[in-house]
Amino acid sequence: MAIFVNEHTKVIVQGLTGGQGKYHGLRNQAYGTQVVGGVTPGKGGTDVAIPEGGSIPVFNSVAEAVAATGATASFIAVPPKAASAAILEAAAAGIAFIVCITEGIPAQDEAKVYNTLVRDYPNTRLLGPNCPGIISPGKCNIGITAGEIAQLPTASGPNVGIVSRSGTLTYQALYELKQRGIGVSTCVGIGGDPVPGTNFIDCLREFQADPETHAIIMIGEIGGSAEEEAAEFIKANVTKPMSAYIAGVTAPEGKKMGHAGAITSGGKGTAKGKMDALAAAGVRVGLNPTEAGDLMAEIIKSL
Amino acid sequence: MDLFEYQGKQYFARFDIPVSPGDVGYTVDEAVAAAEMAGYPVVVKAQVQVGGRGKAGGIKLADNADEVRLHAGNIIGMDIKGHHVKRVWVEHASDIKKEYYASYSLDRAAKQHLLMLSAEGGVEIETVAVENPDAIVLLHIDPVDGLSAATARDAAVRAKIDDEAVDGVADMLVKLYRCFTEGDCDLAEINPLILRPDGGVHALDAKVSLDNNAGFRHPEWEEFRATEELDEREQLARTHDLQYIGLDGTVGIIANGAGLAMSTLDVVNQVGGTAANFLDIGGGANADMMAAALGVINFDENVKSIFINIFGGITRGEEVAKGIVEAMGRVELRAPIVIRLDGTNAEEGRAILANAGIPESKLISKPTMLEAARAAVAIANGTN
Repeated sequence: MAIFVNEHTKVIVQGLTGGQGKYHGLRNQAYGTQVVGGVTPGKGGTDVAIPEGGSIPVFNSVAEAVAATGATASFIAVPPKAASAAILEAAAAGIAFIVCITEGIPAQDEAKVYNTLVRDYPNTRLLGPNCPGIISPGKCNIGITAGEIAQLPTASGPNVGIVSRSGTLTYQALYELKQRGIGVSTCVGIGGDPVPGTNFIDCLREFQADPETHAIIMIGEIGGSAEEEAAEFIKANVTKPMSAYIAGVTAPEGKKMGHAGAITSGGKGTAKGKMDALAAAGVRVGLNPTEAGDLMAEIIKSL
Repeated sequence: MDLFEYQGKQYFARFDIPVSPGDVGYTVDEAVAAAEMAGYPVVVKAQVQVGGRGKAGGIKLADNADEVRLHAGNIIGMDIKGHHVKRVWVEHASDIKKEYYASYSLDRAAKQHLLMLSAEGGVEIETVAVENPDAIVLLHIDPVDGLSAATARDAAVRAKIDDEAVDGVADMLVKLYRCFTEGDCDLAEINPLILRPDGGVHALDAKVSLDNNAGFRHPEWEEFRATEELDEREQLARTHDLQYIGLDGTVGIIANGAGLAMSTLDVVNQVGGTAANFLDIGGGANADMMAAALGVINFDENVKSIFINIFGGITRGEEVAKGIVEAMGRVELRAPIVIRLDGTNAEEGRAILANAGIPESKLISKPTMLEAARAAVAIANGTN
């Protein structure tokens, strides 16, 4: 098992005919993901060729694509101006799992989209925006993660689930586990924007329930209070062992560190506060990604 | 992007939020002209993005042109907590009966808009929050529904705004909400929001922070961008579209991705070094961007070593390597590079670097983030 997506997940790519959508959509397809269609308004009927042979059909709307392919997941790779409408179109067409990698969506739009989904489409889950996506190694890869850095899970385990707020640190976490030969059940990049569709707690709940996940790595960063809230949830609900790393121990106050969400102010959202909260919840906290990997290796050995 | 008070007031005016008549002055003469236009008495206010202007002598009352001359002369050029005062805002002095507080921001935990309203304005809201939390009304607003006039009025009543000011404040709240949402603000704050003896209500200060992601639909922000206070390094980085923040240390840092860049700062710090900057070249960085990033780092005289930390996802190792080789051919770097290159096409990238004929005194490759950090810090600290 894996969380959110697996080998049966049928995926469409909104923006398949664009630069990013085509590059990553085809890479996801080559990884073995069931990429069953693309959506670009006005370009329906123009198939996108797969280099190894065959092609992916393109539709004018998500509704058409869903009707023709039975897709349940969508990968959105469109510019910020078009992203909000693309997310809502996918939800309206009945897509259950949406991955949006778009960076630079205005916060006002993001907040509106989030609350619209909660109210009108409670059965739709949005991952992102501004996230690297999700990979269940060997089964399904939606987004921009390089599949080869993900260690396949083993049938007998133990396997690790990864949840991360930062893109490149998601890869770093995958890589740390690969170096140590530790299998990954699913790796979820939730993204660094202020209003993520899926948060740490959503992923922790799924990992806790997933019989193929035996331990969890969580990668956080400064800003907001998502890690502190996750710590509360862990204390009450997560029995699987965890290690964690929080980026930004040395970040100066009041400066946005690249991600719109990564900023500390008024002594809130600091790495120290987050690390303390996680440690108090029984999570083993590393001072850098490698240390978090070492701690996970110790945990795995003890299982 | 944070606005100066005068820009915030200009922004407010677009949304019909009443502010005092006034103008900005870069010179004493301009300040006097602004005062004549606004009508005496006037307040001369230093325009810096830092609190405590009044205590530092950056806000003065003036009854005539001579006093404006005196105060503007003192304030322009003043240093307030490390901020150089380049301009003053001169506005008609208001009679104040009461001072309130109002702000909108995004509550990330609740994922909704948050109105903070208090009848105790004119002081730091953080202080009120600690000493008298009941004096602040917090109201969550669903971004889909927005704010109705009735809800705004109800909030004003609950905040114990004086009866005579309730209608004015409620009207102000609706307008400020429009400014916050349609104006794409991360923060829109009025402190103080004043009640005048004549019963009128208006914004005596303006703190506005704009969401850079929304810049594409606000061409009018261009004039604000022109006055943003960046140090020279930050200015140079901006022209190349790089996410750069200047710091005070000696290890120049280039990484792809905000998280990895933050993490690189942390690791450098852990092994006894100090970072000269935060620089995220972003996903999909190519040779040109790497060359530009090295150019920005090279501009910083404090840099003693350069740590390039790349984990390729979209970013491809060979592109990074090409950029480094190209940059080293173009400019004489002031410090040696220590690089850690992993991920997509990393081996190809390492081969390009190894075959470029660059001596080890200028470029060192390390297999892990930690080892690379140690090497870069050793060079920067002179302990290698």
